[in-house]
Amino acid sequence: MEPMLKVSDLNVYYGAIHAVKGVSFEVLPGEIVTLIGANGAGKTTILNTVAGLLHPASGTVEFEDKSLVNVSAHRIVNQGLALVPEGRRVFLQMTVEENLEMGAYTRPKEEAGYSLEKVFYQFPRLKERRSQVAGTLSGGEQQMLAMGRALMSSPRLMMLDEPSMGLAPILVDQIFGIIKNLHLGGTTILLVEQNARMALSVADRGYVLETGRLVSTGTGAELLEDESVKKAYLGG
Amino acid sequence: MSLLNNLIIGVSLGSIYAIIALGYTMVYGIAKMLNFAHGDVIMVGAFVSFFAAGSFGLPPVVGLLLAMAVCTLLGITIERLAYKPLRQAPSLAVLITAIGVSYLLQNGAQILWGAATKTFTPILEGQLSLAGGQITVTYVAILAVVCCLVVMVCLTLFTGKTKLGKAMRACSEDKGAAQLMGINVDSTISMTFAIGSALAALAGVLMCSAYPVLSPTTGALSGIRAFTAAVFGGIGSIPGAFLGGILLGIIETFAKAYISTSLSDAVVFGVLIVVLLVKPAGLLGKYVPEKV
Repeated sequence: MEPMLKVSDLNVYYGAIHAVKGVSFEVLPGEIVTLIGANGAGKTTILNTVAGLLHPASGTVEFEDKSLVNVSAHRIVNQGLALVPEGRRVFLQMTVEENLEMGAYTRPKEEAGYSLEKVFYQFPRLKERRSQVAGTLSGGEQQMLAMGRALMSSPRLMMLDEPSMGLAPILVDQIFGIIKNLHLGGTTILLVEQNARMALSVADRGYVLETGRLVSTGTGAELLEDESVKKAYLGG
Repeated sequence: MSLLNNLIIGVSLGSIYAIIALGYTMVYGIAKMLNFAHGDVIMVGAFVSFFAAGSFGLPPVVGLLLAMAVCTLLGITIERLAYKPLRQAPSLAVLITAIGVSYLLQNGAQILWGAATKTFTPILEGQLSLAGGQITVTYVAILAVVCCLVVMVCLTLFTGKTKLGKAMRACSEDKGAAQLMGINVDSTISMTFAIGSALAALAGVLMCSAYPVLSPTTGALSGIRAFTAAVFGGIGSIPGAFLGGILLGIIETFAKAYISTSLSDAVVFGVLIVVLLVKPAGLLGKYVPEKV
């Protein structure tokens, strides 16, 4: 099968810091792929580069055979690729509904209305709070809003950056349940997580990153059983 | 009755400050920069209207619209050439550049139009007498208040109801997240400068109609006062700019009338210092959900 997202030999710098060193990976249509690794391994940098917020020093990023390198971030969402950023980054001073509207910014009104119904169906909580300002939502609700907002663009590939960060275990389960649901609904998923056990248990395949380099790859089940992964990321 | 008269003068002067302050506050909200050249855009607007009426004999309304159009282009050009290349630069560099643009406009105006003070022909003449002539209101004062209210209502509707306006608020909160939504941050910033500069032209024409002297430094001081108004009300907040502008106009007029004309600026800035000591974010700076 042709990969949906193909990243080859990616190098990204933050000033003088070489944050991502020659990373290559791919995501096939219909997969859940996860990038795991410790803090500072370069996971977020990779997602932000794919989404166009950062520009690579070298390497290629191809989405459905189109290059995304040097495409402005605001043109990327229209290609069918959405990022739920680290720390959610919902618009705190805007209402839930306005946040969702922004998610459909590039789409015609009728399509946006249809997406809104779908998002409210998926997240009934957001419907209850539609006219509330996002800053008043709990962390879990904000994460749902960030995911709902990304869904408003009807992405074929959804990238999620640390969706479980700072959430209570019960909410983490809920968020992963939603990710599985989205996947069943036909959305391809690229997931970045520090919660490696959770991520690997839902993923088809995973890549392990260490200080900007890929060190290991395999199916989710393989990596869960891998001794070095166990030691480093799964608490022995 | 003199109290009421002063109040009327204060509110109308404050309305002009509010229109200028809205430009400051919107640009600050989106670009997170203090555009100190904003005051000089006011002056350019007034000069355009002055020459449109004086040299070409155009009707005042046409002169005003022309001034707004010229300043819109000027604002977009300034942003493109001077500020956009500094998007990633430290804010001090941007601030110094803004001061540089301010001097460029002032000195450019001096070269083009001379340093001598010109007498501006008000776009509206005459006044309304009430209560048997004890209360007088000039038509320009009424026009200023009406313009300010219309601008406020339009901006509130624009930022609250329209897709572009909401995108502006999204940019003001988080540019990265706004880009992920597909919002073009550069063109949103351009649009903000365009709106702010058009308002500056409007304020320039109103200001020079109320106080009919015009020179290349005309805009500078009222620009600084309006900036004070924006900080006073809470910079970044649209209702704050409105409130700050009106209050500042009233305080300035009362200080002139009851304390001392030459001390009025000291009183105005003194009040600012006190407000910032008590409420560092300004009057409406913190709890206003509608920061733009």
